[in-house]
Amino acid sequence: MERSLSLPRPSLRFLPVWRRNFRVWRKLMGPSIVGNFGEPLLYLLALGYGFGRMVGEVGGVPYMTFLASGIVVSSAMTAASFEAMYSAFTRMHMQQTWSAQLHAPLEVEDVVLGELLWAATKALINSTAILLVAAGMGLVGGWQALWVLPVTLLVGFCFAALAMIVTALARNYDVFTYYFTLVLTPMLLLSGVFFPLDSLPAVVVAVVRLLPLAHAIELVRPLVVGGEPTGVLLHLAVLAGYALLGLAVSSRLIERRLRR
Amino acid sequence: MRLDPLGNPSSVAARQDGAAVAVRARGLSKRYGDRVVVDGVDLCVRAGECFGLLGPNGAGKTTTLRMLLGLTPPSAGSIEVLGLPVPARAREMRRRAGVVPQFDNLDPDFTVAENLATYASYFGLKGPGLKARIAELLEYAQLADRADAPIQALSGGMKRRLTLARALINDPALLVLDEPTTGLDPQARQHIWERLRRLLNQGRTLILTTHYMEEAERLCDRAAIMDHGRIVACDSPAALIRAHIEPHVIELRARDADTFLGRPHAFAGVRVEHVGETVLLYAHDRERLLAAAGALPFIQRPANLEDVFLKLTGRELRD
Ligand SMILES: Nc1ncnc2c1ncn2[C@@H]1O[C@H](COP(=O)(O)OP(=O)(O)OP(=O)(O)O)[C@@H](O)[C@H]1O
Ligand SMILES: [Mg+2]
Repeated sequence: MERSLSLPRPSLRFLPVWRRNFRVWRKLMGPSIVGNFGEPLLYLLALGYGFGRMVGEVGGVPYMTFLASGIVVSSAMTAASFEAMYSAFTRMHMQQTWSAQLHAPLEVEDVVLGELLWAATKALINSTAILLVAAGMGLVGGWQALWVLPVTLLVGFCFAALAMIVTALARNYDVFTYYFTLVLTPMLLLSGVFFPLDSLPAVVVAVVRLLPLAHAIELVRPLVVGGEPTGVLLHLAVLAGYALLGLAVSSRLIERRLRR
Repeated sequence: MRLDPLGNPSSVAARQDGAAVAVRARGLSKRYGDRVVVDGVDLCVRAGECFGLLGPNGAGKTTTLRMLLGLTPPSAGSIEVLGLPVPARAREMRRRAGVVPQFDNLDPDFTVAENLATYASYFGLKGPGLKARIAELLEYAQLADRADAPIQALSGGMKRRLTLARALINDPALLVLDEPTTGLDPQARQHIWERLRRLLNQGRTLILTTHYMEEAERLCDRAAIMDHGRIVACDSPAALIRAHIEPHVIELRARDADTFLGRPHAFAGVRVEHVGETVLLYAHDRERLLAAAGALPFIQRPANLEDVFLKLTGRELRD
């Protein structure tokens, strides 16, 4: 059953996979919602007030607003990556949830797509919580901020799809720590979440612009601040490109792993 | 999707024709690297029969079943299950098949009833019929009073019963059971046997693997004995016994076996086999057998499928 590197054919069969994960999440919703709201609130209060007093304004906006818009994006990245690595690996390897799904009339591509959309949903949930907290603190500039929600869904899918490649190759949980430490954390620190890109050397900026996180931030920050993003098509194209690449590669790798 | 009550499977009508074939595989092979683990297997399972796949550890039983279900592609050969080519149309085929895997993969994040509901959702089953179906399957598995228990609270036998019930959620015409009773106590095993018998009476096709020859003899209309990836014999248990084993058997155990082996022990017309701590004597003539055993305490019994298994697959340990 050799197949070339192609995207899965679209179908709605991923839905029961998504719904299964949603049902499990709903069971434990209480504590996870507290975490969703509590953590960003603490971050914004501590970092924002602390730094904000020293830094004042960044790129024409108060540092608190700058930071809030960055954290909306970075938490989408983190939530989706975490779900597509630790949780998905648990379901694939430890719990054999996927093997049960594959005994039913589902294929690997349905399972992978369902998992990625679920991880994207987790990203959306997290980002929504932060956006609400930020709005409550008066950090959101206008109603255009609602556009942030579909964007975080795409950002979540994009990072989930990339993380799923790591999961497909993982033998145990250790490799996820490497991916977080060596890939995601540097990207997080350099992509303009905590300070503006233009304060970095040109080479670094050039590299960072090849990666998805900076594009996500350039879409989201103006929307949170109350303005209008520029170069929207380019940013969306980069995010969608990484998303499709991750989907195609991870599906293929997982097909190979599970269909041995 | 129509959900029929358990006693009335929608699949019976399709099987009026006694000669119908549920599974046909030709020249089936599977290679892992340069190891051939399934080697040119030809299989034909008739609709409505219970077909056993027997063989030592590592013989290739699970791999064969996985290929039949379209869970792993064969390296060579062709497969047709329920009239559909596999793996090409495996997904459609699995709509009408039920699977009890060798190792339980119940969902630990859900309760007993939720496991059935979630598994049903993978088949796209919903609606008012589903609730009744789940209640009925919980009865069938004798788990109705455990409906809200977490999976972790179930005994091994309960888990196996739930896995079997789960495999029936889609009212399958074909059930594939990989070691359904391994690790169960005698009562639990009897319980599963009775449930499997009911499924056969309803006209469903069963393929099962087992290491218990008594189980195969009891349940299977036909059995294939597999060794090193090949099928070395395939027939009804009675015919296999007739074809391969002398009608009279004596067992000598432990110290008596040692004593027997310590003496000269070649007797005309008596075949002597030594497995572990047991010596087995086979003969067509009962008198010769009794003479060979001499004064040693022995157990006399009819030839059985285990004798066939040991003869055809050898006495050495596998794995
Ligand atoms: N994914 C795999 N990669 C490499 N080798 C494998 C793989 N799956 C199975 N094998 C090998 O193929 C052989 C047959 O395995 P299989 O599980 O089919 O045996 P089995 O008859 O079901 O054995 P058991 O009675 O122990 O369950 C074994 O030697 C096993 O190690
Ligand atoms: Mg096996």
